[in-house]
Amino acid sequence: MIAIDKVSKWYGRTQVLADCTTAVARGEVVVVCGPSGSGKSTLIKCVNGLEPFQQGSITVDGVSVGDKATKLAKLRARIGMVFQSFELYPHMTATENITLAPIKVLGRDRVEAVARAHALLERVGMREFADRYPANLSGGQQQRVAIARALAMEPIAMLFDEPTSALDPETITEVLDAMMALAQDGMTMIVVTHEMGFASKVAHRVVFMDGGRIVEDAPKAEFFDRPHSPRAQAFLSKILRH
Amino acid sequence: MRIDIPFIVDHLPLLWQGMKVTLLLTLLGIVLGIALGALLAIARLSGIRPLTVAAAAYVDLFRLLPLLLIIFWVYFLLPLWLGRPIGGFYSALVSFVLYEAAYFSEIIRSGILGIRRGQINAGLASGLSYAGTMRHIVLPQALRNMLPVLLVQCINLFKSTSLVYVVGVNDFLMAADVIGTKDNRLIEMYGFVALVYFTACFLASLAVNRLQRRYAL
Ligand SMILES: Nc1ncnc2c1ncn2[C@@H]1O[C@H](COP(=O)(O)OP(=O)(O)OP(=O)(O)O)[C@@H](O)[C@H]1O
Ligand SMILES: [Mg+2]
Repeated sequence: MIAIDKVSKWYGRTQVLADCTTAVARGEVVVVCGPSGSGKSTLIKCVNGLEPFQQGSITVDGVSVGDKATKLAKLRARIGMVFQSFELYPHMTATENITLAPIKVLGRDRVEAVARAHALLERVGMREFADRYPANLSGGQQQRVAIARALAMEPIAMLFDEPTSALDPETITEVLDAMMALAQDGMTMIVVTHEMGFASKVAHRVVFMDGGRIVEDAPKAEFFDRPHSPRAQAFLSKILRH
Repeated sequence: MRIDIPFIVDHLPLLWQGMKVTLLLTLLGIVLGIALGALLAIARLSGIRPLTVAAAAYVDLFRLLPLLLIIFWVYFLLPLWLGRPIGGFYSALVSFVLYEAAYFSEIIRSGILGIRRGQINAGLASGLSYAGTMRHIVLPQALRNMLPVLLVQCINLFKSTSLVYVVGVNDFLMAADVIGTKDNRLIEMYGFVALVYFTACFLASLAVNRLQRRYAL
C-alpha cells in the first residue's frame, strides 16, 4: 500500500533523511520511533507530500508522491493525518471541522456530511460535543475530534505524528483507545509515537529511526526482544524505564 | 464668554454637508485602501521575488513619508505630469488610498503570518487546495485576529481626512471653519467639531475593545 524507497531529504545543506526504505502493507500498523530530531515527522510528512524530498520514491496505492504530474491534493484526500498539536480549526465547531473537507473536496451534500460527522463523533465517544468549539474541549477530546475529521474522508491509510505527546497522562488512554479500535478495524496506519504499550499491543512492525536513517525495521516481537542496533537497545531501555 | 448653542443648531444642515464629504472620503479610503493593501500583502507573501521586493519597497516608502506631503505631491505634482488638475477631493482620496494601503497591507500580512503552519498543513492534508486552505482556514482566522487593529486604522483614517483642509475640500472641519470665521463663532464651531470627532472615535474604540475581548481566545 505504502512503499518508501531510498528516500533522502535535505534542508539546505543538512540532510534530514538518508536512504529511508520501508513498506506498509494494507491493514498493517507500523509504529515509528526514535530520538527527537531523528526525522520521524519529516518522513511521514513526505508520505502525503507535505514535505518534498530530493531523492528516492514514495508510492501510495500505486500513486507516486514525488512525481510532478501527481495531483497531491487528490492523493492527500485519501490519506488521513493526525497531528501532535491537533490542529483543529478554532473558528469551527467539532462538526464543522469534520464536514469541511467532505463538503469542499468530495462535494458531499451538507446534510449527509453532518449525519456522517455525528456518526464518527459517536465512534470516538464525542457525540455530545458535536457543537463545541475546540477551545472548549480538552486536549484528548480535541484529538479524538481530529481523528474523526481524518476518518470523514474515508482514507485508505492514516498517518499519526505523535498524537498523544501533547496530552495529559490521564487523557492519553482515550486517544490510544480510539486508535486501537481503528487498528482492529483493519486500517492501514503509520504511527509516530513513543507509547511502547500501544506499539506492543497493536503494531505489526516497529521502525526505529536515528539521525535521518531507518536503523531498525522489524516485526514487533523481534524489535522488543532482540533489537539489533545498540542505538535501538539504548533507546528502548531508556523508554521502558520511564 | 458665552457658548451660542442655537447658532450651532442653526448651522447643522451646512455642517452635515461637510460631514458627508468626510464620511465619503473615509469610506472610500477604507474600501480602496484595504483592497490595495490586500493586493500588496498577497504580493509580499507570494514568495515571487520581484513581487515581494516591490511590495516591501512600496510599504516602506509610504510609511516613511508624512501624509500631508503625499497630498501635496498628488495635488500639485501629479497634475504637471497628467497635464490637468485633478481637484482637491480626488487628490485627497488618491493620497489616502496610497498611504493607508501601506498600513493595511502590514496589518493583513501579519494577520496571515500569525496563523500557525500546522493549520495550513491540516488543511492541505485533508485534500484542500492551497487556495481552499487559505479561503476556509487561514483567512477567516486571520481576519478575526486583525479586526481590532484594522478598525483602529480606520479610526485613524477618519481623523486624518481633516487634512483635506489644505487642498480646499469642504469636509466637516472646513465647513465648521467657514461658518465660524464668517460669523466670528470659532469657539462654538471648533468646540463642536472636537466634540463630534471625540464622540465618534470614542464609540468606535469602545467597539474595538469589545471585539478584542470577544475574540481573545
Ligand atoms: N523547516 C526546517 N528547516 C530546517 N531543518 C528542519 C526543518 N524541519 C525540521 N528540521 C530538522 O530536521 C530534522 C528532523 O526533524 P523531525 O521534525 O522530522 O524530527 P522528529 O524525529 O519528528 O523529532 P521530534 O521527536 O522532536 O518530533 C531535525 O534535525 C530538525 O531540526
Ligand atoms: Mg516530530
